[in-house]
Amino acid sequence: MSDIADKVKKIVVEHLGVDESKVTPDASFIDDLGADSLDTVELVMAFEEAFSVEIPEDAAEKIATVKDAIDYIEKQKAA
Amino acid sequence: MSGTATNGRRVVVTGIGVVSPLAVGAELTWKRLIEGQSGVGRITHFDPSELPAQVAGQVPDGPTAEGGLTLSDWVPVKDQKKMDRFIHLGLAAAIQAVEDSGWKPEDEDDRCATGVMIGSGIGGLQTIYDGSLTVSSGKARRLSPFFIPSALINLISGHLSIRYGFKGPNHAVVTACATGVHAIGDASRLIQYGDADVMVAGGAEAAICSLGIAGFCSARALSTASNDDPTKASRPWDKDRDGFIMGEGAGVVVLEELEHAKRRGAKIYGEIGGYGMSGDAYHITAPAEGHDGAFRAMKAALRNSGGLTTADIDYVNAHGTSTMADDLELDAVERFFGDDAKRLAMSSTKSAIGHLLGAAGAVEAIFCLQAIRDGIVPPTLNLDNPARESVIDRVAHVAQKRKIDVALSNSFGFGGTNASIILKRFKD
Repeated sequence: MSDIADKVKKIVVEHLGVDESKVTPDASFIDDLGADSLDTVELVMAFEEAFSVEIPEDAAEKIATVKDAIDYIEKQKAA
Repeated sequence: MSGTATNGRRVVVTGIGVVSPLAVGAELTWKRLIEGQSGVGRITHFDPSELPAQVAGQVPDGPTAEGGLTLSDWVPVKDQKKMDRFIHLGLAAAIQAVEDSGWKPEDEDDRCATGVMIGSGIGGLQTIYDGSLTVSSGKARRLSPFFIPSALINLISGHLSIRYGFKGPNHAVVTACATGVHAIGDASRLIQYGDADVMVAGGAEAAICSLGIAGFCSARALSTASNDDPTKASRPWDKDRDGFIMGEGAGVVVLEELEHAKRRGAKIYGEIGGYGMSGDAYHITAPAEGHDGAFRAMKAALRNSGGLTTADIDYVNAHGTSTMADDLELDAVERFFGDDAKRLAMSSTKSAIGHLLGAAGAVEAIFCLQAIRDGIVPPTLNLDNPARESVIDRVAHVAQKRKIDVALSNSFGFGGTNASIILKRFKD
C-alpha cells in the first residue's frame, strides 16, 4: 500500500472510530463505516489538512469510498 | 384534592442524576456534601495564573465507580469531539437520571409522551473560543462541521432524545443562573398541561475556561481573595466573602405525571409542590435593594402550591452565591417568611461546589429531594462570621438532622430573572 493509502486509512480510523480491518478500499464512509453527512465533511477537511491539498466541494461530493479518497489525493499529488 | 396541578395532573420526580465538583453521581455527591467536603480547588482546566480568580469547582476525572468522570462511560469516543464539555456533562447526568427512573418507552405513544428540557446558562464557550481561533488564523474553511452543534445549548436535549428515542417536546432553557429551576418548573407545566407524561429536565454548565473566568472576572463577580486556600473561597453570608466561585457540572431529573409513575411502580423521590417566576426590571447583574424579585418569585411559587403556606416550608436551599447579594436574598426570605422564619433552616450548597450557573438550580433541587428523603439539611461551609445576624438557621459548617417535608429552592440570574421551586414529600 502507498504512503498516501496508509495515511488515508489512519485518518478514517481516527475520525470515524472504526476498526482498522473495516477500512478496506471499497468501504463506503456512509454505508459501511457509520459516517453521516457531517462526518464526511470533516473527513474531507482532515484529508485537505494532512495532504496539503484543496478538495473543492463538487469533488468532495464524489468521494464516497476509501479508494475514492486515495485516488483523488494521489492524482492531486502527481499533478 | 391535594394536587397542585392544573387539570389535576400532579408531577413527581422519579429519577435523578448529578455531575458535580464533588462527584459524578447523585448519591456520592450527596454523601460528600453532607460530610462537609468541598469540591473547590485550583483551576487545572487551563493555566489561570494571568487572571485574578484562580479557583473553581471542577468535575474530578477518575473511575466512574469512585465518582470520577470517565467520559467514555457516557459518550462514545467517536462522538465526544462533536460536543462541547457542557453537553458531555449534561448527558452524563441525564443518562443517570433516565436509568435511575427505569423509564423505557415501549411503543410510539410512550416515546411521543416523553420529552426533554435540559438547558445551559452559557453553552459551548470553549468550543466558540477554539472556533474563533481557527477563523482568525485564516482557516475559516477548516472550521469543523460540528462547530455549531457542539456549541448550541439545546443539543443536550437533542442528543438525549436521539439516544433514547424520546419524541415528545424537545426544548432548552437559557436563563443564566436560573436555567436549572426554570427547566424543571417549565417542564412540570408541560406535563400538567398534557404535552407530555414524562419530561427529562435540568441544566448543565462547563464554563471553566479562560474566556469564561476572564469574563466573570471583568464583571467583578468572582472571588479573588482565596487563591491560596481554595476550599475557603466560597463563603455565603460570611463577612469575608468576596465573590462567587465558578463551578461546572449538571443536574437532571425525570419528571413524571403521578398516575403514570404509579402505574409502572416507579420509585418516587418527591412531588413538584409549586413553581414561581419573576423579573427584576432593574439592572443586568445586580438585584435591587430588598430583592423584591426574589420575594415575588417565592410568593408566586406558593400561589401555585395548592394551598401550602410559609409555615409548611422547612428548608430553603438559597441562591446564596457568596457575593454581596446574599444579604439581599436573606432580606427577601425574612420578609417572605415573617414569623415562620424562626423555625426555618436555610443553607447554601454553593459553599461546597461553587456556582454551577445554568446547572445550579437543578442540582440544588435534587439536594432538596435528598434532604426530604434523608431528613438531613446540607451545611453552609465557611460561614464563620455572618455579615449580619438572622433568626434563620443557616446551618453553618455541619449538616443537621431535621424532618423536612417541604423545601424551596431559589435561583436568580443575570438580566434580573428569578425562579423558585417547591419540592415536597410525596403523599398519595
